[in-house]
Amino acid sequence: MSDALRQKQAGLLLDEGLIFEHGSPGRCGVDLPADVPEATAFLPADLVRAPIDGFPEVSEPEALRHFLRLSQWNFGAATTFYPLGSCTMKYNPLANEVVARLAGFAALHPLVPDACAQGALELCWELQDMLAEISGMDAVSLQPAAGAHGELTGMKMIRAYHRDRGDARRTVLIPASAHGTNPASAALAGYKVVSVEGNQLGLVEAAAVRRAMNDQVAALMITNPNTIGIFEREIAQVADAVHAQGGLVYFDGANLNALLGVAKPGKIGADVLQFNLHKTFSTPHGGGGPGAGPIGVRAALAPYLPAPRLARHGDQLAWSDAPARTIGRVRSFHGNFGMLVRAYAFIKALGGDGLTRATAMAVLGANYLRVRLQTTYQLAVDGLCMHECVFTDKTLEPHGVKTLDVAKRLLDYGCYAPTIYFPLVVPGALMIEPTETESKETLDAFIAALEAIAREARDTPALLHAAPTLTPVGRLDEAHAARRPVLRWWPAGQGGAAQ
Amino acid sequence: MRFIPHSPADIAQMLATVGVGSVDELFRDIPPALRATGALALPTGLSEQDVRARLEALAARNRGARDLCFIGAGAYAHFVPAVVDNVLQRAEFYSAYTPYQPEVSQGTLQAIFEFQTLTAMLFDLEVANASMYDGASATAEAVLMALRLQPKKPRVIVARSLHPEYRQVIETYLQGAAAVELLEAPFGPDGRVDLAWLAQHLDGRTAAAVLGYPNFFGVIEDLRAVRGLAAPQGALLVTATAEPLALAVVQPPGALGAEIAVGEGQSFGVPLSYGGPGVGLFATRFAHVRSMPGRLVGEARDAEGRRGYVLTLATREQHIRRERATSNICTNHGLVALAVTVYLSVLGKEGLRRLARLNLERAHRAAARLCAGGRWRPAFSGPFFNEFAVRGRDAVAALERAQAAGVLAGVPLARWYPELDDALLLAVTELHDTAAIERLAEVLEA
Repeated sequence: MSDALRQKQAGLLLDEGLIFEHGSPGRCGVDLPADVPEATAFLPADLVRAPIDGFPEVSEPEALRHFLRLSQWNFGAATTFYPLGSCTMKYNPLANEVVARLAGFAALHPLVPDACAQGALELCWELQDMLAEISGMDAVSLQPAAGAHGELTGMKMIRAYHRDRGDARRTVLIPASAHGTNPASAALAGYKVVSVEGNQLGLVEAAAVRRAMNDQVAALMITNPNTIGIFEREIAQVADAVHAQGGLVYFDGANLNALLGVAKPGKIGADVLQFNLHKTFSTPHGGGGPGAGPIGVRAALAPYLPAPRLARHGDQLAWSDAPARTIGRVRSFHGNFGMLVRAYAFIKALGGDGLTRATAMAVLGANYLRVRLQTTYQLAVDGLCMHECVFTDKTLEPHGVKTLDVAKRLLDYGCYAPTIYFPLVVPGALMIEPTETESKETLDAFIAALEAIAREARDTPALLHAAPTLTPVGRLDEAHAARRPVLRWWPAGQGGAAQ
Repeated sequence: MRFIPHSPADIAQMLATVGVGSVDELFRDIPPALRATGALALPTGLSEQDVRARLEALAARNRGARDLCFIGAGAYAHFVPAVVDNVLQRAEFYSAYTPYQPEVSQGTLQAIFEFQTLTAMLFDLEVANASMYDGASATAEAVLMALRLQPKKPRVIVARSLHPEYRQVIETYLQGAAAVELLEAPFGPDGRVDLAWLAQHLDGRTAAAVLGYPNFFGVIEDLRAVRGLAAPQGALLVTATAEPLALAVVQPPGALGAEIAVGEGQSFGVPLSYGGPGVGLFATRFAHVRSMPGRLVGEARDAEGRRGYVLTLATREQHIRRERATSNICTNHGLVALAVTVYLSVLGKEGLRRLARLNLERAHRAAARLCAGGRWRPAFSGPFFNEFAVRGRDAVAALERAQAAGVLAGVPLARWYPELDDALLLAVTELHDTAAIERLAEVLEA
């Protein structure tokens, strides 16, 4: 057990060791028959494994208590305001958890004949249509497992599109404010990345794109609204500049929560975009996945969508394994179906009017925070924002306080922290995204906390430097953890040599 | 709208604070020509009751979820103890995100640290990451990693007996890597990779040999022999395990010389859910850790010496390294990794072994029962765990008759292997009791 932890913790904040530090030899959390023949009855002896040394030996109640205690060490969007910019931490409706667990979905094997899965196929078909309507794209594939996976899929499609035209383009333009997944996805698809600088508002200007464009550029990847929360006003001219040289526009849909019912990417120049169902469409973030990253494309790119594709034959739906010019498979089976069920239920619950209202309230909340906080913290850019607002560390600097200190102090106030130090183009960025599901009272409490922290920064900066103090552990030494990585627990007597 | 709290009074106050006269004015920076024309052409929102009814009606049309089912082929139906889903339904876990603030994310971080440990122990390798999307993409990432580790070697050998969808995903991921030569190693009559072919083609230019373990036919490859051919050439042995329960009774890939072992964790407490989400398992030797894709959680101390966990070695990752990252992967499949962690904790050392032996026994009983009548014969002679192939005349027609009788009696291998046009692939787990096996034999006898 971790004795050092116990010194500090009492009452509701309970200590908990690793699962491997619990239990007793011979204990087991399931009851299974012991009178089954040994494996050697069916397998060559030299192929049979000995019991796995170090594996847990706990009862069911011990296991439950262990994981429940761990859960209590987490902030989640259900327990606290979670204003993590760019992540759209909206409420995850409980009803969606129920429907995703219906036996007709949860117990369905991915390779049953299509005739035995018509309900699942109908759901996918309808979800594709709804996403196409929302985005203005012509065709949708639900296959990619996550946003970054959708980006990779889209970039591979762009590559295939150009190759079919005998056009081996080599580079991709990406604004400096982009998420790191954009350049990483482009590189993984075999492209060289060229950065495009934004203007003083962080916006991409058509003139800059025209200068950077040439017949070697396969695509521009652009996030709209951008990562500073500002709508790219020249998006149409930017897209024209890319298209004029035969390039394509990859539209990162990470910030689609700002656009529902307001603007359709497919109508303002996008050729390919990914939907982050775990952001805009409320599927749980799960502590880091599983998400789902469907992609939408214009008709010219539809032939390259990943396999398999859905096809309708009369009143029956069926998977078609190898559409002619597909880039192929990007994962097994049919996408993260369980997340598709949740997103479908969300869109059905809100409807067209509800989705439009969601965007309106998300944008209203972000602007409310922006205006209320702009006298205390310095805005990265002035003027209206979309679904998120970004502040710099300029007002903190004179007090020897960093963005990180503000973030850590917020934890003591019972809030998760905004996204920090991103986008990279904003010094000491604090990126705040409230989403539509947070009430005015919650936003007011958050504003009061940030105002109190600004006063503390001025009067008692040591409080911020020491924060957080009300959490199970204080700031952890990440530099040391990376220098001498301990990435697992080892059974007694093992592991010394490895690390 | 039940998820959106703003009352008319809230909206009025907030608009006044912002200094705009209407909600629409918030969007005045968007050029009018770019604004959507007209409302979204989607139906009006539904109550919770009506959404439920709609989804129940769709779920009811999935007959395959009710039928007796012997399909495996990369996704396996197992019993899930109640404790697993109870933990998954804790909103503190499912409504959290990537643990960027470790002090209020210790639950997620410690669970992932336990997941990494369990995965490493299962494969008998030193280190595992915080998970990947699924077995197929994890295998493709393993191939990319093997190529990174040996940048001057252009050849990758992939066993034809590896899951066909995994092979397809490798191909997709390698598009654009023009210099890479992908070779497919045939299988022999035992259902294992053809060692003679491998001896000819596995040369000094080979970065990696990739095998299923067990492979797509359920057969357990002879990793020792493959390692014996690969090691002298400096090629890395990469294994992909779609049914990781096998590793509770079968020698783990790490012990037999695999440098990278990946797999699909769905078998461990995760519903089939029509094939997703699952979770990619990814393990390797410590020496290769800085070439690994994906997130890693490591132990750390705070100023008072208390133990905690943080995301670490992030300089490999896209948010730091951008286009020079080891992968573009951002999040993992955290909540599914949690399911695996809870499941393996409850089953534990002895439970997992017993369950694996039960699967082994049932599958061998079913195979023997099917082949006893002479209507079917084993397709391969190699050792298998809980999945096997049988051959017989009119296999596809037999499968269709079984389906009409309410039994999904496996998948036809012809779908991926034209040369196996009379073969069926079946999985048998603890969910199939004696009566189920008898029913299978009965419907396939015709």
